[in-house]
Amino acid sequence: MTNWDRFVETFFNGKVMLKYLPDILSGVVVTIELAVLIVISGILAGLALALLRSLAIRPINWLIIFVVDLFRSLPPLVIIVLMYFGLPAADISPSGFVSTWLSLALVLMAFAEEIFWAGITSVHKGQWEAARSTGLSFGQTLMNVVLPQALRLTIPPLTNRTIAITKGTALGTVVAVTEILGQASSAMSNSYNPSPLMMGAAAYIVLFLPVVVAARWIETKFAWKR
Amino acid sequence: MIDTFFNLDIIAAAYPIVLAGLLNTILLSLIVVPLGLLGGLILALLASVHHPLVRWPLIAWVDFFRAFPPLVLLVLLFAGLPFAGLELGGFACVAIAFFLNTGAYYGEIFRAGIDSVPGGQVEAARSTGLGRLQAMTYIVLPQAVRNVLPDLLSNTLEVVKLTSLGSVVAVPELLYQARQAQSLTYNPTPIVVAAMIYFLLLWPLVRLLSRLENRALAARR
Repeated sequence: MTNWDRFVETFFNGKVMLKYLPDILSGVVVTIELAVLIVISGILAGLALALLRSLAIRPINWLIIFVVDLFRSLPPLVIIVLMYFGLPAADISPSGFVSTWLSLALVLMAFAEEIFWAGITSVHKGQWEAARSTGLSFGQTLMNVVLPQALRLTIPPLTNRTIAITKGTALGTVVAVTEILGQASSAMSNSYNPSPLMMGAAAYIVLFLPVVVAARWIETKFAWKR
Repeated sequence: MIDTFFNLDIIAAAYPIVLAGLLNTILLSLIVVPLGLLGGLILALLASVHHPLVRWPLIAWVDFFRAFPPLVLLVLLFAGLPFAGLELGGFACVAIAFFLNTGAYYGEIFRAGIDSVPGGQVEAARSTGLGRLQAMTYIVLPQAVRNVLPDLLSNTLEVVKLTSLGSVVAVPELLYQARQAQSLTYNPTPIVVAAMIYFLLLWPLVRLLSRLENRALAARR
């Protein structure tokens, strides 16, 4: 057997791959579920916080800024570990899935709030005044005048951040979530062969590369015209 | 509640373990941030060649690492490579993974910075007799770095946070040490303390970034 054959036999072993393909696929499903939940809840929560902040109620704004700073400065893995290994001591035992989902959603919420808020404040004050003077209410001004302009500005940074955080679903493997990396790792130790890990790696590329390429396109499409 | 999550006796017992972790996290950051910057600079300099044969492989390289979760890369190096007879140890794996992953992100930032310097600057520099490399080093890069400083800092914050992944491959950084202390004491206090350390360590940077970002936006208005 040549070196090349041995390499293929080790890292791309057809028999092992076939055997563990269903496991990896079920991991893909869990990763997609987690990712969708994180993206939806994180972005909505971030938008809600940014809108709340635009009401300019001082104590609430301080609280929002603190929460955002907190989740921007803590590593996601630390939040996940804290939830999964720490909370049970207070008789709350979130599953690994819930811990990962909530942790990453909170992190995305923090970054999304910052980005949305930056977008809202970037809309010129005169726009607010003009809209209000035509008889629009605060809410109408926000929804029909400010947000449409703000959101356009937020799309490129938000997509980049969302991808970076959604990739973090792999962290779930530390708290026993059966997503792609978790499935691939356990298949690898069961078969004592790294082929499942290569399959897992390929699965991540298949899942995320199209999103990254789309983000690149979005970035140029929505780029700020100077 | 305080006894569970902020137990002073446990803090007293776990303090040397967690402190050693903090030192390792700082040390690790001091190694992987320059490594990532170096990787990024190499990519950005290659990208400034503007030849399609260089450009497309570079875009593919960067997009690959933007799509690939850093933890998967780390596990691949740590658990996969030994099957090829190459056992690197947790620390070396973290260094390589960070060089590849964060290098791609830093590279994009440097590239944007270099693109933001007007072409006339290079032409002027070259016409005074500076070589290509000299023009890049003395004229373009200093301005480029200044233009993308907030993004560089923001990415550095992410890199420092990412060092917590080292805990997965038994690098004794802050999170790893805190988890060791937690399993020794059967109490989550060490993890809470580690989280507080991360927060206190990185909060000033987050505040600074928030102000820089707001200022950048105000300038665009």
